Amino acid sequence: MSLRKYLKVYKKFLHTSLASELEYKTNILVDLITAILSLVGSIFLLSIFFQNSGYIGGWKFEQALIIQAIYTILNGITNTWFNPNLTEIVKHIREGTLDFVLLKPIDSQFFISLKKINPSGFLEIMLGFLLLFFCIRINQINLNLSFLTLSLITISCSICILYSLWFFISTTTIWFVKTWNAIEVLRSFLYIGRFPLSSFSFSLRIFFSVFIPIAFITTIPSEVFLGLSVFWKILLEIIVATIFLINSRKFWLFALKFYSSASS
Amino acid sequence: MISNLINRKIFTLLKVQYSNMLEYRVEIALWAISGIIPFFMLNIWTNNNLNESINISETLLSRYFLCAFFVRQFSVVWVVFSFEEDSLMGKVSPYLIQPLNPFFRYFAQHLAEQITRFPFALIIAFFFFIFNPESIWIPNLGILLLSIVSTFLSFLIQFLIQSIVACLCFWTEKASSIERLLFIPTLFLSGLLAPVVSFPTYVKSWIYLTPFPYLIDFPANLLSGNETNIIGGLIMQILWIFILFPLFKKIWSEGTKKYTAMGS
Repeated sequence: MSLRKYLKVYKKFLHTSLASELEYKTNILVDLITAILSLVGSIFLLSIFFQNSGYIGGWKFEQALIIQAIYTILNGITNTWFNPNLTEIVKHIREGTLDFVLLKPIDSQFFISLKKINPSGFLEIMLGFLLLFFCIRINQINLNLSFLTLSLITISCSICILYSLWFFISTTTIWFVKTWNAIEVLRSFLYIGRFPLSSFSFSLRIFFSVFIPIAFITTIPSEVFLGLSVFWKILLEIIVATIFLINSRKFWLFALKFYSSASS
Repeated sequence: MISNLINRKIFTLLKVQYSNMLEYRVEIALWAISGIIPFFMLNIWTNNNLNESINISETLLSRYFLCAFFVRQFSVVWVVFSFEEDSLMGKVSPYLIQPLNPFFRYFAQHLAEQITRFPFALIIAFFFFIFNPESIWIPNLGILLLSIVSTFLSFLIQFLIQSIVACLCFWTEKASSIERLLFIPTLFLSGLLAPVVSFPTYVKSWIYLTPFPYLIDFPANLLSGNETNIIGGLIMQILWIFILFPLFKKIWSEGTKKYTAMGS
């Protein structure tokens, strides 16, 4: 019953935000070119790294491309859902309109995380999938059922971790009001996800798997694609993703206790 | 008399904007942190011994990336985002009445922000030297002054390019997506992520004709004591300013004619 209600509400969200975004059609074209150029740029950067050495952190160029593909897909998802919605939280809190969200008879986290959609991110997701299929061909990966389920599980875990990270930082707005730049810090750290974790020094590797689990976001799914991953790593990723999701929920409810609307 | 007046105006603007920026110290500190990508790149270069293939010693390369970080810190430009917001909100109209080009206001804002940012950049550099004590060096005074000049010129080039893009707001409402498009080549070709010397020859053959390597690579090479053509670089920077400035003046005068205030 309530699931059906949420589905219905979500359909309405999709409809309204798509309608408003499609007002700016040239914008979408510019965003598509941006997405293509940014992928070309990072492959160019990768090719500079590989120009005089066959392996970077034990990864071949063709294998490292898989990481780029997964990063592009995840970045597309971030640009489609997380970025437009979660930057909106900052606005809600600054202008005091969070009151209206809290008064609505639906879950506030649901409303805030899914209200908006930015269709130009879809193009990036498609671009990522194209590269991924290309990688599957050049790395001669044979697709079978267990591989598909494992890769699906790890990628959805990555999405959950990514969402929680964004949501955590946006939630801190309730105390600090302006957190645009904290989001920029997260973005620049996430940039590391474009490269295999093993190409960094030991201390950075620890930092990026314990404090900010970027390691889990792209490296483990890519390892699954190459058939290199170990069972405990996948299990660990599932556990980390669950912890992140549960805590993002708890943190939101905790933060709401401190919310005093704009004029009170 | 006239120059005295302009000086006083600029001085007042700077003072106002500086006190304004000091309000947002945490914001600016976070922003400074979000610029540490060059250090991650350095980590990939040195950890995989990639610097040997381009004949740059590890110390020189780490100095290069530190300088790239510094140059980037003092040449970040966001005028298009401010201008877009102001023009969407209709704030540009009162600015236009004043006997001062509104871009002076943004210019003062950027300079004030750089002054606020300076101590944070120094702190980050201090930590960098703790982790890489062998890369400590003291550039001689002449080189230091020249690189400050060239960093400022790089800032001017980027400010002019973005101001030109910002003027497109008079025609379309979302000029910031064009800026995001232009940011991609700036990111990959300016030398922020990899020094331009490491680029393959098919790129090196034309890149020095574009403004990109003069944004970060040239000032960073100059400051870090890597090999570079000092006179040629400075001439190219000035040349680009002489190309861009009339272009900006033209598009500004065209745009203000086109401008219709919100609601009119």
